[in-house]
Parts: sequence; C-alpha cells; structure tokens
Amino acid sequence: MTATQANTGQHRQPVHPGTPPAHPVLRFWRSAVGKKWIMAVTGIMLLGFVFAHMVGNLKIYLGAGPLNTYAEWLRNLGEPALPRTVLLWIMRIGLIGAFFLHIVSAAQLTRMNQRARPSKYQSPRDYAAASFASRTMRWTGVIVGLYLIFHLMDLTWGNANPRYVRGDTYENVIHSFKRVPVAIVYILANIALAIHIFHGAWSMFQSLGLNNPKWNRARRTFAMGFATLIGVVNISFPLMVVTGVVK
Amino acid sequence: MKLDSHVPEGPIADKWDNHKFDVKLVNPANKRKFHVLVVGSGLAGASAAATLGELGYQVTMLTFHDSPRRAHSIAAQGGINAAKNYRNDGDSVQRLFYDTVKGGDFRAREANVYRLAQVSVNIIDQCVAQGVPFAREYGGLLDNRSFGGAQVSRTFYARGQTGQQLLLGAYQALARQVHLGNVDLHTRTEMLDLVVKDGRACGVVARHLITGQVKSFAGHAVVLATGGYGNVFYLSTNAMASNVTAAWRAHKRGALMANPCFTQIHPTCIPASDDFQSKLTLMSESLRNDGRIWVPESGTDTRSPDQIPESERDYYLERRYPTFGNLVPRDVASRASKREVDEGRGVGPIKNGVYLDFGEAINRLGRHTMEERYDNLFQMYERITGDDPYKVPMRIYPAVHYTMGGLWVDYNLMSNVAGLYVLGEANFSDHGANRLGASALMQGLADGYFVLPATINDYLAPLLGSPAVGTDDPAFKAAESNVADQTNRMLSVKGTKSVDHFHRELGKIMWNDCGMARSAETLDNALSAIPALRDEFWTDVKILGDGESFNQSLEKAGRVADFLEFGELLVRDARDREESCGGHFRVEHQTEDGEALRDDDNFAYAAAWEWKGVGEQPEVHKEPLTFDNVHLAQRSYK
Amino acid sequence: MDLTLRVWRQAGPDSPGRFETYAMPGVSEDMSFLELFDVLNEQLLADNEEPVAFDHDCREGICGSCAMMIDGRAHGPEKGTATCQLHLRKLKNGSVITVEPWRSAGFPIIKDLAVDRSAFDRIVESGGFITAPTGAARDANEILVPKEASDAAMDAAACIGCGACVAACPNSAAQLFTAAKYSHLSLLPQGQPERYTRVVAMVEEMEKYFGSCTNHGECEQACPKEISIDFIAMLNRDFVKAQFKNTRLSGQRA
Ligand SMILES: Cc1cc2nc3c(=O)[nH]c(=O)nc-3n(C[C@H](O)[C@H](O)[C@H](O)COP(=O)(O)OP(=O)(O)OC[C@H]3O[C@@H](n4cnc5c(N)ncnc54)[C@H](O)[C@@H]3O)c2cc1C
Ligand code: HEM
Ligand code: HEM
Ligand code: SF4
Ligand code: F3S
Ligand code: FES
Repeated sequence: MTATQANTGQHRQPVHPGTPPAHPVLRFWRSAVGKKWIMAVTGIMLLGFVFAHMVGNLKIYLGAGPLNTYAEWLRNLGEPALPRTVLLWIMRIGLIGAFFLHIVSAAQLTRMNQRARPSKYQSPRDYAAASFASRTMRWTGVIVGLYLIFHLMDLTWGNANPRYVRGDTYENVIHSFKRVPVAIVYILANIALAIHIFHGAWSMFQSLGLNNPKWNRARRTFAMGFATLIGVVNISFPLMVVTGVVK
Repeated sequence: MKLDSHVPEGPIADKWDNHKFDVKLVNPANKRKFHVLVVGSGLAGASAAATLGELGYQVTMLTFHDSPRRAHSIAAQGGINAAKNYRNDGDSVQRLFYDTVKGGDFRAREANVYRLAQVSVNIIDQCVAQGVPFAREYGGLLDNRSFGGAQVSRTFYARGQTGQQLLLGAYQALARQVHLGNVDLHTRTEMLDLVVKDGRACGVVARHLITGQVKSFAGHAVVLATGGYGNVFYLSTNAMASNVTAAWRAHKRGALMANPCFTQIHPTCIPASDDFQSKLTLMSESLRNDGRIWVPESGTDTRSPDQIPESERDYYLERRYPTFGNLVPRDVASRASKREVDEGRGVGPIKNGVYLDFGEAINRLGRHTMEERYDNLFQMYERITGDDPYKVPMRIYPAVHYTMGGLWVDYNLMSNVAGLYVLGEANFSDHGANRLGASALMQGLADGYFVLPATINDYLAPLLGSPAVGTDDPAFKAAESNVADQTNRMLSVKGTKSVDHFHRELGKIMWNDCGMARSAETLDNALSAIPALRDEFWTDVKILGDGESFNQSLEKAGRVADFLEFGELLVRDARDREESCGGHFRVEHQTEDGEALRDDDNFAYAAAWEWKGVGEQPEVHKEPLTFDNVHLAQRSYK
Repeated sequence: MDLTLRVWRQAGPDSPGRFETYAMPGVSEDMSFLELFDVLNEQLLADNEEPVAFDHDCREGICGSCAMMIDGRAHGPEKGTATCQLHLRKLKNGSVITVEPWRSAGFPIIKDLAVDRSAFDRIVESGGFITAPTGAARDANEILVPKEASDAAMDAAACIGCGACVAACPNSAAQLFTAAKYSHLSLLPQGQPERYTRVVAMVEEMEKYFGSCTNHGECEQACPKEISIDFIAMLNRDFVKAQFKNTRLSGQRA
C-alpha cells in the first residue's frame, strides 16, 4: 500500500499481491480459506492420531507385557494382506504428510496475518472473545512440534535416551520419565497440546463450515472435553512414573 | 422564462406509456458514445448510475462519501410504498396516486405522481430480484404494514432498516457495473460547481476531499441526486454531511429552485437533550401503527407515566381525528404535538416531548411480536436516552426530516438547464407540500431505476456525433478557478468562530422563525437575521489547516456558506406563499380548529426561483398546477 | 462528568503518529462519544490546534462511517453499538480513554482517526451482488422465501460495513464482513445461480487486502450489528464446496 492510494482514498492495490494460479488445486492451496480447510483436515488426522496414541499408551498401566505386545501388534498391523510394518509405514507417511501440511499452512498464514497488520495497536487491546488458546496457537503449535522431535529422539530413535533398548517400549518409557527434567518437558508439552486442541478442535468445525445452530454448543463441549481428556491422560504418564506410582 | 413541464397529452393513465413510446431512443451500439455524470450515490443516484451502466452508457459517479453505500438513504427506517395490493384491501395505482396528491396537499404535479404510483409496482419486483430481504410471512410471501396518511397496507419493509437494504441493493448493482468498467466511481469527491456552456450542462467541477485537488469532469449530461437540504435547520434527522451545495451551485448556474419552503417536520423523533446535540434521531413512523400518542391532561402532572390513570391521559390524536387516529399524516401529527407542548402539557425533563406508548400493544400482541417488529428501534431509543421503551413510553417530538422542495424539473426530470437532470430528494417533483411516509424511497428508486433511464435518451439522441465539451474548455477553467477562489477565500478569513457556530446559529433562526409554524413577522425577522449572519461568517469564520489535505472544517464551511444563502431563499419562499399547505404552516392562514388553510385560487402553483446574486431579490417563476383527476378538497383526516 | 482523552494524531498516511492527551472536564453524560469529539474539536480550534479528523455521518449507527478503537475495543465497550451510538453514561467518570484508528494494511490511515475502507467496496464489486438488470424482474411474490431464510439473510444483510470486524480481529481478517455480504445473497433463492462463483471471487478479493481467519471470534463481539460468526462457517463451507462443484449440473435441482 503506497501513500498515494491512501491519499486518494481509493484502495486499488492489494496488500497481498500476485495473480492466482490457473490450476484449481493450486488456487485452492493459495487461498487462506483453502489452507484453513487443509489445516482442519490435517488437524482431524492429528487429533485422531493423538487420541489413538493415548489409548494405546494407556496400556502402560497394564504393565510391560501388554504395552510391548501392543507395540508389536502395531508393527504387524495389516498382515497378512500386507507385509509386516507396511501398513504402519503408510500410516506414518500419512502422519508425516499431515504434520507437514499443517505446519506449512500455519507458517504461511502467520506470515499473511503479519503483513495484514504491519503497524500494531499502540495501546493495549481489551479482548472480548479471543481466548488465550486462540491467540497462542502458533506458540502452542511450535512447542508441540519441538516436543515431537525430542519425543521421537527419546522413544523412537533412542538418541536422546541413553538406556534405550529397541523393542522394549515399556522400559524405555519408564527410564525416560524417571528423569525429572524429561518428565517436566512432557508435562509442559502436553499442557501446550491440550491448549492447542482446546481451540483447534472447536475451530476446525468453523473452518470446515460444519455449523448448525442446533449443534453449535456441542462443538464447544466437544473441544473442551477432548482437550481435557488428552491433557489429563497424557500428563498422567510422566506424572505417575516420576512420582514412582508406575515403575 | 417560461416553465414548460413537458407533461405528455392524453389520459393520465396512459401518459407514461405513450411518452415512453414517443421519446427518441439511442441504439445500443451508440450508448457507449455518451458519457453521463451522476452526482450522489443515494437511492436515486446509485439506481440511476447502475441502470445507465447496464444500458451501456459510460457513467462517472461522484460522491463525497468514502463508499456509495454510506449515502444518507441508508438511514431510512420504516418502509417503501407500492401499489401491489397484495393485501387485497382495495389498493391500486389510482389509490396510491390519490393518497399522494391529497397527502401532498395538492401542490404536486398530477402526471408525475401518477407515474410514480405506476412504477412503484416494478420497484418492489426489481428490489426482490436483487435480493433485498423484505419482511416475509410464514408462507414465504411478502409482508406489509401501514403508514401515515393511508388506509391500506402497502408498505414493504426490511425490519427497521428498509433504506439500508434498498440502498445496498442499488449499491450492489452499481458495484457490479463498476467491476464491469461501465461506471467509473470517484469517492470522497465533492461536486462544487456545475459547468454550463451554451445553455447546456456539460460537466462538473469537484474537489477531492483528501488531496484537495480540484478536478473537472465532462459529460453529455449531468445527473444530480444529491439529497435534501434539511440540515439548513442544523438539528434534523438528516446525516451530518447532508447539504444543499450541489443543488445550490447548480442554482447559481441557472437552475431554478422550486418550493424551498416545503419542509417536512417528522412527528416521531427523540427530543433534544442538551446544547451539544449534533443531530436528532428519528423513531420510525411505523411505530405509530402500534404506539399510542398521549400527554397527561394536566400540564402540572409530575407523576411517572405508568402512574397516570387512563382517565387522566389525553390521546389527543385519537380524540381529534377518530378515523385516522395515530396515523394522521406527518404535518398534522407534528402540529398537534407542538400544540400540546406549547400549551404546557409537554413531558420529560424539559417538557419538550409527548408520550408514544406501547403498553397496550405489548399487552395485546406480546413482547415477542413487538421485538420482531421494532426491536432495533427500541434498542436505538434505549441507547440514546437510557430508557427502556418496553417498560416506559417513549418520549417523542417533531423534528425536521425531509424537504419536498428542490430543483425544478419537468416531466422528464430535466431542470430548466438543458442536460441537467435532478433525481430523488434533490428535486421538487412528486410530494407537493407534504410527503407521505414511505414515499421518498419509492420516489428515489422510481427516478433512478425507471424514469431517468427512459427519458434521458430523448435528450442524448440528437447529440450523437457531437463530442462532450472538453475539460480544457474555458468554461471548465472558469469554474475551476471559481472553486479554488472560494476555498481560498474561506481559508483567508481567519476569524474567531467555528463553522459549527454559524451553522447552529442559522439553525436557530430557521427553526424559530421558519419551522413548524411561520408568520409574516417571524419570516421578516429571519430575512434580516440571515444576511447579517452571512456577513459575519465571511468576516469571522475560523478554519485551520489548508486546502491541500483532508480538512473536514473546510468541507463543512463550504456547505454552511451555501446554507447561509439558501436559507434566505427558503424564508423568502415561505414569506411569499400566503397560505398554509402541508409542511408549510402560516399562522395567519388556518381554519377555526387550527388546521392548514390552503388558498387554491392564488397559490396552486409551484414557485420556481431564479438566482440573481447574493443578497439580491430572486425572481419567481410560477408553474400552475391543475387538478383534473383528484378533486381539490380541504384535507380531512377526521 | 470528567474525562481525559488520549487521541492518536497523525497528519497523513506516512507521517509519524503519536498520542495527545486532552482533558475534557464537565461533559454531559447524555452526550454521544462523537459529540464529545465535537466538543474537543471546538476546544482545539479555540487553541489554534487542528481539529481531530474522524469519519462520521448518520450518527445513528447505520451508515458505518464512524470508526474508533476505544480503550482497545473497536467501537468501545458497549456491545452491539457503533461509536456514534455510544453514550458517555456508559463510561466511568474520571477515566482516561485511549482512542486509536482502525489498524490494518487493508485500511490505510488517512489522517488522525480516519482510515480508507474502500477495500470493502472492492470485495463487493468482485461478486457481492445478484445480477438482476433493471426491468427484467418477475413479480416479487413469485419468489417464495421461507421466513426463517429471509430472516437469516436479513441478519447478515444488517452489516453496516464499518470495518470493526477487521479492526478487532487479531489477524486483521475481513472474514465477518465478507461472510455477511456473501451470506445475505446466498441464503436467498435469488442468489443461488451465482452462489459458487460469488464465493470464490469474494474470498480471493478479500485475501488481497486482509489476513486469514483463525476463528478468534473477536469480530462478532465488536460488530455493532452483532453479526454471527456462523456466517463465516457458511462462507468457508461454500468456498470449499465450490472447488468440488460441477457447476454445469447446477440447473438440475430446482
Ligand atoms: C432518518 C430518516 C428516515 C427516513 N425514513 C424513510 C422511510 O421510512 N421511507 C421513505 O420513503 N423515506 C424515508 N426517509 C427519506 C428518504 O430516506 C430520503 O428522502 C431518500 O433516501 C433520499 O435519497 P436520495 O437518493 O435523493 O439522496 P441521499 O440518499 O441523501 O443521497 C445523496 C447523495 O449525494 C451525495 N452528494 C450530495 N452532495 C454532493 C456533492 N456536492 N458532491 C458529491 N456528492 C454529493 C452524497 O454523498 C450522497 O451519496 C427517511 C429520511 C431520514 C432522514
Ligand atoms: C498433534 C499435534 C497437533 C494437533 C492435534 C493439532 C490440531 C489442530 C487443529 C484441530 C487445528 C484447528 C484447525 C482449524 O481450525 O481449521 C489446529 C490449528 C493450528 N495448528 Fe495445530 N495441531 C497439532 C500440531 C501443530 C503443530 C506442530 C503446529 C505448528 C508448528 C500447529 C499449529 C497450528 C496453528 C498455527 C493453527 C492455527 C489456529 C487455527 O487455525 O485455528 N499445530 N491444530
Ligand atoms: C505423555 C504422552 C506420550 C507418551 C507416553 C508417548 C509414548 C510414545 C512411545 C512409547 C512411542 C514409541 C512407540 C514405539 O516405538 O513402539 C511413541 C511414538 C510416537 N509418539 Fe508418542 N507419546 C506421548 C505423547 C505423544 C504426543 C503428544 C505426540 C504428538 C504430538 C506423540 C507422537 C508420537 C509419534 C509421532 C511417535 C512415532 C510413532 C511411530 O513411530 O510410528 N506422542 N510415543
Ligand atoms: S460485519 Fe459487523 S463489524 Fe464487520 S463491517 Fe459489518 S457491521 Fe461492521
Ligand atoms: S476475529 Fe478474526 S480470526 Fe476470524 S472469527 Fe473473527 S475474523
Ligand atoms: S456515524 Fe453512521 S454509523 Fe456511526
């Protein structure tokens, strides 16, 4: 926006310039509404994963046997139709793709929003609706992302876990969480995740256009419930280990 | 000068159809060769520009607003009339025509009014097609309500925001034409002069309100749709920026100003509360459908309204006008309120209002129905006054609202200056001495969608092949320097008083001496007070800043300067018209029971004034009005 | 009552701006917020200081001209109320009130509190209309519109184009305005033929000037017409649907 346009009060130059690409898919991807739809769809995949992962992890409370059996079961999933670990890899690739699209969209939209308000308000804002969760999505997202890398190094690749033993999932978890700083990282990250989900699991309905006045209240309840469930259960693992309840 | 109204021959019902057949046409391919300037983006201007653009003309639209959608038409609340007879209650084109002529107290041109009634039907169709969300019934059909001055329900409405929705419809049609490149839109651009060459209007000179740049626009024809001049009274229900400037500058270039003294006072406005009050807010007339107007019988009654028993309330409209009751026309209702307040029975802290009470309707219809009908108005009232009308009656008082007078136009809506068309509230045409509720929106849209697009070709067709006068023509240069001069002159006064001060002072003169009731004495008083105030303005106005930037005081100063000249003409017209009719009430001319007393023998004409210079006596030209289809009769709403 | 105003003053689009503090003693609580500025401007004029520039016109909450960020809230603290309709009785006696212009790249500052909102017009021009050339309309009652649908369309159509939604949105998104304009037309039977081209055109134009919606819901709170973010969901859904729609088949269902 140049000064001349503001001078004449005839805004004709876009703040976000460029011509839309011809191909409909690219055009959809270029638009913020499109990206938000993709974020919502990938968000649902991520929510599904986090939920399933949480349910699986609950086996920690049943002891080493069941958890390890479950981990092994995952690797065998899809057999005999597919060779061992193939379905797991397909799911992993889907998950990686979802994370990738989710994060790239988030980054691009953040850039767009920054350009849309180059000079900030010079006095404090008084928000009436925008919640702490909605205003910190970027940060809670980044925290979850960084946590994820650490988490993989810790429990999947083992390079952040000196006592890592491939295949012995239960012991890996216990040894990891016994370290107080690691437990704290897990707790904080899962709080961030719960906050992220608190807004995200409501917001995705809006982004997808799933709106019906008859059901709108239920969306909030769902998001609240989902966030609480994931938060409480996930935090319980490191908490139980670090306090010695689970050994 | 002879005023020729160009009313077509033939029976009144056939005039418009015959005329449409008789006018010259411009063939579709040639329309692009004509350039039309439209000033003003209210209902009249936006609908005209959109329609001309659709037809293929090249249109340039100017408005001083930052967006066409902000034009003052946006504020109209109550509704728009149309002779659809969807209620099967005896409505017809003939009846709408009759009601409008009678409501206008027999000072309108019959042929125009008949056409208006005919076209009203098409307006509703057009607006619905554009997506105007008029109120509906459960079966999906359009709903109607009734309005003052009519005994049928013919008013279409969109909650309390009818004007907004109609304007958005026209604005959207206009936006489409802008997108297609048929209309070139210039916002924040104020027309400050009309350019006339060889007797033809050929362009305007405008100032860009942000850059201060003075720029000329040329066209084959100029259309003014610049709204009414109610703000000459300072306090009115008009938007703050509504003004007479465009019309007045055209007047100074030769266009005649007709019937300026016909101003309408609206009975249901929120009374002023203090000196800082910048405008008055209208409470829609539709409220009179369900609200009952009363004052305590005794002027010394200090009880709160709910403590006053029925027997000590005076429902004075129902008492005096049993047939129409609370729905008498505006001028009648306004004067009745004035009478109560003048006689000391006013209510409120400064006893300057009367009650408009919904208690009975709420009991009868339930709160829910009332919310459906009026909630936004009730909320608006509560915001302004702090009182809740669901619990306490509203306090209302009349305020200036609409101006029937305006630039003189013929049947084609062309002024006496060739090529200068005037639409909407800016012209004088269809409402005579008093406008009925819900008829201004109808007229603005009739003019813009249907009348002008059908008549302008008659003027343009013979001009085919002759290019528009260029903006480098001396006539344009002269107008440009005229505009620049005035700006500099105002800036160079460097006096001590603000522009608003002069506006407020003018308003006081106008309201006190030429308001709801006028007499020779008060008018003579105004005729000496206004020129004095004008002189003071030109020696003592204080405007800071310069002319090359966004300077709102400077903008306003130009408008007030024009009001200071125009106000004088308004008063002079009121002085000249030795009768009472419609909104013009001369205390010398009233019936025994205090109603307006017309003098049809001497004043059945439109007074069209010709400019002769500042402070000079203008010359009046008279267009006689004949009534062949509606019998001249004393209005009675008893 | 006594108030103190801190007002953003900025001479032009590119000039630096700053807050100026003005004492406003003894003002009436029946005044509107804009009348307070009228009084301030009279005061400034007397002191040979340039009056504060601000847009306003109808002063009854319908034209959408007025636009002030009042103590961090677009249009101030009262819900469902435009700046011009905010009366001083809603403010605390003795308080210091900070007033800023709308801030958004899509709304460049013109001067002081006045901003250029013409980007909204560009959005409407891109598709916010129903193509219905004058004279071609059929009888109004031939189109039946269920009352609920008509009421919903009216809820959306009530938008006054003030820009508070953009101003309030942490992302400077114009989703509520665009959704309101879009939904008004697309909820009605008359708006169906152009529905999917309209949504794509309006969204693409909107995104040229404004940020993206991440569903903060702040816009709805600031909106003087209390327009619901339900309409944003409708806009989003139709935009996505438009990608999958084979519009050649759109004549198949009545
Ligand atoms: C509060 C209120 C409620 C009303 N309610 C009703 C109702 O319920 N029913 C009804 O029928 N009528 C109603 N009316 C009357 C009706 O709204 C107006 O008469 C009508 O809208 C006028 O339309 P218009 O197009 O002639 O002018 P306006 O809408 O006033 O438009 C004038 C346009 O001209 C432009 N303009 C003016 N001067 C210049 C210039 N010098 N240079 C550039 N541009 C210029 C302005 O920017 C504006 O766009 C109401 C009026 C008021 C005040
Ligand atoms: C398991 C991990 C995650 C889950 C379950 C998740 C879930 C969601 C969901 C459901 C949404 C709402 C989408 C919408 O409204 O359309 C969302 C939005 C968002 N996510 Fe995530 N997300 C995860 C990880 C991340 C990561 C790693 C980042 C960034 C680095 C991130 C950044 C964002 C941002 C910025 C938003 C935008 C807020 C919004 O649009 O409402 N998320 N997330
Ligand atoms: C405290 C809570 C959590 C615990 C106890 C936990 C535990 C584990 C364990 C034990 C594994 C290794 C499984 C194996 O190798 O067989 C694992 C893998 C993984 N976890 Fe977690 N996890 C938790 C939270 C999360 C969260 C919140 C996320 C997402 C953001 C996440 C994402 C992953 C991923 C992506 C893998 C790799 C899966 C794969 O290899 O296919 N975990 N987790
Ligand atoms: S949606 Fe509300 S806040 Fe936004 S422009 Fe419209 S009226 Fe203003
Ligand atoms: S506040 Fe902004 S993020 Fe969306 S819901 Fe409203 S536009
Ligand atoms: S001045 Fe018109 S909405 Fe506030």
